[in-house]
Amino acid sequence: MTLVQEAFQEISAADFFYRNRDIAGFTSPSRALYSTIRELVENSLDACETGGIPPDIYVRVSLESGPVDGPGTYVVRVEDNGIGVPGDIIPSAFGQVLYGSKYKLRQTRGTFGLGGKMALLYGQITTHSEATIASSNNPRKRIVEYQIRIDIQQNKPVIIKHKQRSNPAHWRGTIVEFRTEADYSRAMAKILEYMKQTAIIVPYANITFVDPRGRLYKFVRGTTKVPKAPTETSPHPHGVDVETVQRLLKITEAKSLQEFLRSHFQRIGETTARKFLHYAGLGQKKTPRNMGPDDVLKLVKAMKSYEDFLAPDPTCLSPLGEELLATGIKKELGVSQEQIDDGTAFVTTLQRKPDTYAGFPFIVEIGLASTKSIQAEGRILLFRFANKIPLLFDEASDVSWNVVNELIDWRNYRVIPGETPLAVFVHVCSTKIPYKTVGKEFIADRPEVEHEILNALRESGRSLKIYLSRREHLEREKKRLDVFEKYLPKVAVFSTRLAKEKKEPDVKQLLKGVMKYTAEEEGEEATTRGSTAEEEQA
Amino acid sequence: MKERKEKVLSSLREMGSDVYGQLLKNDFPSVKMPSRSIANILYDDKTRQYILGKRSVKRSARNVRHIRPFTQLLWTAMFVDELTEQNKTSTLRDVFYSAQAYEMDFQDQQESDNLITDLESVVRFSREDFNVYPEERSAIFGDLTVEYTVPGYEGRQLNLTSHPDGVMIGPALTTADFVRPDKRRVDKVIAIEKGGLFTRFIEERVHQRYKALLIHTAGQAPRATRFILRRLNQELELPVYIFTDGDPWGMHIAMVIISGSANAAHLRDLNTPDAVWSGVWATDIVDYKLPSDPLTDLDIKRLNELEKDPRYKGSMWNREIDTFRKIRKKSEQEAFSRYGLTYIVDKYLPEKLKVKPEKA
Repeated sequence: MTLVQEAFQEISAADFFYRNRDIAGFTSPSRALYSTIRELVENSLDACETGGIPPDIYVRVSLESGPVDGPGTYVVRVEDNGIGVPGDIIPSAFGQVLYGSKYKLRQTRGTFGLGGKMALLYGQITTHSEATIASSNNPRKRIVEYQIRIDIQQNKPVIIKHKQRSNPAHWRGTIVEFRTEADYSRAMAKILEYMKQTAIIVPYANITFVDPRGRLYKFVRGTTKVPKAPTETSPHPHGVDVETVQRLLKITEAKSLQEFLRSHFQRIGETTARKFLHYAGLGQKKTPRNMGPDDVLKLVKAMKSYEDFLAPDPTCLSPLGEELLATGIKKELGVSQEQIDDGTAFVTTLQRKPDTYAGFPFIVEIGLASTKSIQAEGRILLFRFANKIPLLFDEASDVSWNVVNELIDWRNYRVIPGETPLAVFVHVCSTKIPYKTVGKEFIADRPEVEHEILNALRESGRSLKIYLSRREHLEREKKRLDVFEKYLPKVAVFSTRLAKEKKEPDVKQLLKGVMKYTAEEEGEEATTRGSTAEEEQA
Repeated sequence: MKERKEKVLSSLREMGSDVYGQLLKNDFPSVKMPSRSIANILYDDKTRQYILGKRSVKRSARNVRHIRPFTQLLWTAMFVDELTEQNKTSTLRDVFYSAQAYEMDFQDQQESDNLITDLESVVRFSREDFNVYPEERSAIFGDLTVEYTVPGYEGRQLNLTSHPDGVMIGPALTTADFVRPDKRRVDKVIAIEKGGLFTRFIEERVHQRYKALLIHTAGQAPRATRFILRRLNQELELPVYIFTDGDPWGMHIAMVIISGSANAAHLRDLNTPDAVWSGVWATDIVDYKLPSDPLTDLDIKRLNELEKDPRYKGSMWNREIDTFRKIRKKSEQEAFSRYGLTYIVDKYLPEKLKVKPEKA
């Protein structure tokens, strides 16, 4: 028997992600391309929204070598008009995987911009080439351009080239371009779906996409209104863990626990801090400096169980708003104002009041749409969004799917599932979306979140019901008129022939009068068709 | 028969003029007809058949649920008017297809058949009167001469013994006039359920030996056959004897000939109240010791239904229903073959022709 010596070695953050790229959505060339585009587009959208700028995003994917219908080497280029990155931090912003040093919370699409770096990393290891990043954070200054690689083991950017270009067009924004292994033929459907749904949830963005086959896709904005950017807040005491508290204790300049609590957490003032410390049983003598591991644990446990904190501050959230969500839905479903006015299409949106789960604030926004362009295909169409990004995978595991397909009885709203064309849009925003897995593709069935989605749907379902009843009525009226228009002229022809008369009576007057008789007809004895119901007794 | 045709035509046109007139006045036209719902079907002791009660329904072009059947009714009237006028006949199936040429989409055969029934109850004539016949056909054999009225055959005569298989009862025969036969040669009508026995009777010269006209009903007698039976009974005063299988279903074949069907309650002149069910009775099964089969659950169920039926009021009917219930057996007409092929004609028939009509 030989004893195997296990070799332990330290790995860098970049190395760690390199080794675990599967969990970040880089499992295959097709999935990797989808994830690459998604991460870069989301970074670009964040960069625009932070500056309150209506985004103009340009995406180009071109095939460099390889087959059209399989994995090959592609060049991906994403441009935006966001706030740009200061020249001196471009290399580390794109070439170093950072552990977030932030202790502040706000609603963002990604977490610490990790995804974008994974995309570059994946491109580098599959094509052995560098990435080009150009950015300007000031229209009056020159454009800074870098060619970099990531030193995976050291987790450091390696600068290959660095230059500055003049900026005659006063451009501001960021351009990222690099080679990567990809399979466009397989990723195409998902990429286009992603862009279409992004155009719904970011209706103030222009998105242009040139695909490897030279086709141009344009998603044009329906408004230039950009929702207020989220503000940063301190964490809520209900939503922290031991590690966070420990780190905060290490860096804090506070001298007392009271001061520590007031300066690093939201919803804690002097009185609350005093009452809470009494509740937690941490004496006057304890300071941030002399807290032992047991004290930290005691503190965190007390934070979780103390019930008198105010609910988390929702101002750090940036929901889309009812008006913008409606704009997005209408433009991507092709619903015009005329259709809404004449009752052939219906869109309603609803934003719920902020709520919290486990110390994190969240807001649920709902959209309901019914129009002919929605193909029912035997089910209700569900569009899921979290922090303004579309969720495209694992639909059936999502909390919204459960609410839409299991908890709501659509018949109460005059919806026949699978027959009535209906699309449901669910947008959850939070400082921490309760994803069930690392893949960030579906939201866990947290009872608080589920409850909010359910209530939102029930509330907006009422106006859907009114609309559907009205449409049913209109369709019945239309059918009714069609029946008279079909048969009355025939009655004229047949009776003329049967009576051996020459001139056919004019039925135009009667047709005009048809609408008036609805009420009378309802009360009449129902004798339909010529059939009597009895059995053949002969 | 000619007069009858004139009446049919004028009745149809009257309906057309009525609708036409209403349209000229800018009214939504409507047609009144007796209700054929179960609640309105009554048994009439006087005519000894099912008739419709006083309730009527209005079918109006103003009602969205009525206008389609209303138009269909009018189309059907127009169609059969032209049919009758040109002395052409049609089948129920024909009507269904002809409608399609006018974009009068009947959903199915059932719907167009129902419309024909509606028309019957509006104009109070049966579909055979306006030349629409079902597909089913039965046959007649015997020493009766008929004179055709159909186009191309007007005035032509045919003796109904001229074909040994019998002559099919179709539109031409239904509308033919009878030449009054010599009572010494023909004095009764025998209706037979089964084709095999009908042929046997011809072979055994029953028509000569018993001076009978033989009619093969082929199961439940079609309306045209019931109409012929009635005419033979009323116009020529010939008594009618009916032979069926000895089971509840055979019994009811006889009953429909005698008292009509609920389905045709809106029509008259289709039943022969004085016709006689001569057998095979339940009591015959006992008296003649006929080979038999046990009654099935379905047979028993039918028996229970018939017992409640107002047509089965007479003592003979009660006796036979009771006997069926007691012996729980049934026998086919062919069961007499047990005593030899001619037994039924030689021994059984003369006995049963002595049966008198049941007085209700």
